Amino acid sequence: MAILEVRDLEVSYGVIQAIKGISFEVNQGEIIALIGANGAGKTTTLQTITGLIPAKSGRILYEGNDITHVPAHKLVSMGIAHVPEGRRVFSELTVLQNLKLGAYTRKDKAELEETLETVYKRFPRLEERKNQAAGTLSGGEQQMLAMGRALMSHPKLILMDEPSMGLSPIYVNEIFDIIKKIHEGGATVLLVEQNAKKALGIADQAYVLETGRIVLSGNAREMMDNEQVKKAYLSE
Amino acid sequence: MSFLSYFISGVSLGAVYAIIALGYTMVYGIARMLNFAHGDVIMVGGFAIFTVVSTMGLPPLLGILAGIVVCTVLGVAIERVAYRPLRGASSLAVLITAIGVSYLLQNVALLIFGSNSRQFTSVVTLPNLVLADGKLTISSITIVTIVTCLVIMVALTAFINKTKIGQAMLAVSEDRGAASLMGIDVNKTIAVTFAIGSALAAVAGALLCSAYPSLTPYTGSMPGIKAFTAAVFGGIGSIPGALIGGIVLGVIENLSKAYISSQLSDAIVFAVLILVLLVRPTGILGRQIPEKV
Ligand SMILES: Nc1ncnc2c1ncn2[C@@H]1O[C@H](COP(=O)(O)OP(=O)(O)O)[C@@H](O)[C@H]1O
Ligand SMILES: [Mg+2]
Repeated sequence: MAILEVRDLEVSYGVIQAIKGISFEVNQGEIIALIGANGAGKTTTLQTITGLIPAKSGRILYEGNDITHVPAHKLVSMGIAHVPEGRRVFSELTVLQNLKLGAYTRKDKAELEETLETVYKRFPRLEERKNQAAGTLSGGEQQMLAMGRALMSHPKLILMDEPSMGLSPIYVNEIFDIIKKIHEGGATVLLVEQNAKKALGIADQAYVLETGRIVLSGNAREMMDNEQVKKAYLSE
Repeated sequence: MSFLSYFISGVSLGAVYAIIALGYTMVYGIARMLNFAHGDVIMVGGFAIFTVVSTMGLPPLLGILAGIVVCTVLGVAIERVAYRPLRGASSLAVLITAIGVSYLLQNVALLIFGSNSRQFTSVVTLPNLVLADGKLTISSITIVTIVTCLVIMVALTAFINKTKIGQAMLAVSEDRGAASLMGIDVNKTIAVTFAIGSALAAVAGALLCSAYPSLTPYTGSMPGIKAFTAAVFGGIGSIPGALIGGIVLGVIENLSKAYISSQLSDAIVFAVLILVLLVRPTGILGRQIPEKV
């Protein structure tokens, strides 16, 4: 069953059309990879889904409800979390304050403490640094904070925008392990990556985006063997 | 003793600037705009209090309460009608709108109350403090002003650090988009910021008009500009910066009035501001805008 459905979506920045009518589905409980080169429109797609950018036309359905024009702040309590490109942690606030902001829409204090414990268990480094300003963390730690912050809302669907960007290889492996674990914890993941090899390695389904259009879609494992994909995205 | 007396009344004047500066600094920090109509909200607060206390003859405390309600509603209304539609517009468009709102408020006040100055009755009715065998007299309004300012600073800091909406304000001030991804309603948060700043403007109006009791439609304009200066001087966006900037400005202004020239005091105040900004462009406590990594 599709938890998220994007139909004929078009998005423009002024006269520049960044997304030229794309349709795709995210099935409940899967990891979906959206891969493509720099400037293909991956970030625009995610930001339109979470209402940061308005759609020009097309529809976005979440659990069967039309969320095309629902503002970003209302989607969190519906179960959607977005780990944005470039992490965007609140650098002047502490790690703990950042995490609490992730749970902004949640009311139950006891449940919140429980989630915080789970997040700390998944990211022990965040607990060690909970009173430190987020801006003083390393890039990898900030990425973990951005993910932990998203988990604080207890989402059903997590959108992740290039979580491995700019990280050292050790961190990249760690981040992908964590994504797998988050998925095993029951969340559906829509993963945007330029690191196609890693993304296809953990995904169920995959879509390839090229200058605002989906040019290829299918099973992630099979896509790894696709000659076209190999040549364009998997060559080292 | 006269130096001490000038100094203390300077601190008190500065405390009023600090309370006004909070309005500028919070709105700038969270909405990233300069609300140049903020000074005129003080004037509206002054007239609201004047109407309740002097025209209707009700007790001063009721007058202050009325002033706070009027200013809060006005501040939220200005944000909703004039500034929210310009969210995302160029900062020049917002600035011109703010100046327009400022003139609008002045001229509406001119229509209703005329240009003659009104005698404002002090909201503080306590006796003055006499020290050192009568050599030093500190007026009660001076003391009340300084205490009020400190209470507001402490309360506001606690509000921002301890409450959810305070944390939302910090989040919005740093990254609006990321804040909305946390489930924070950015528009609501900005409206709350305007409400707080405007309520404080009413308090500042009550204190200012009690210390300098002539009220005209232009009463808020000069203190508004000076408080804005204080906010920039202390580091715009910073709450302790507003306090320090306000007090330093008030003391410089009063001492130059006393010892140099009352005509030149404003010139001296602004000269000091320019000097500080040449040395420290972000003001005394202002931070460099952090680079996003
Ligand atoms: N704020 C913006 N204003 C104008 N054009 C933009 C903006 N953001 C992105 N674009 C353009 O939209 C296209 C898609 O960008 P983006 O979604 O960021 O791609 P990706 O995330 O795949 O690298 C690019 O051509 C980019 O230049
Ligand atoms: Mg991108």
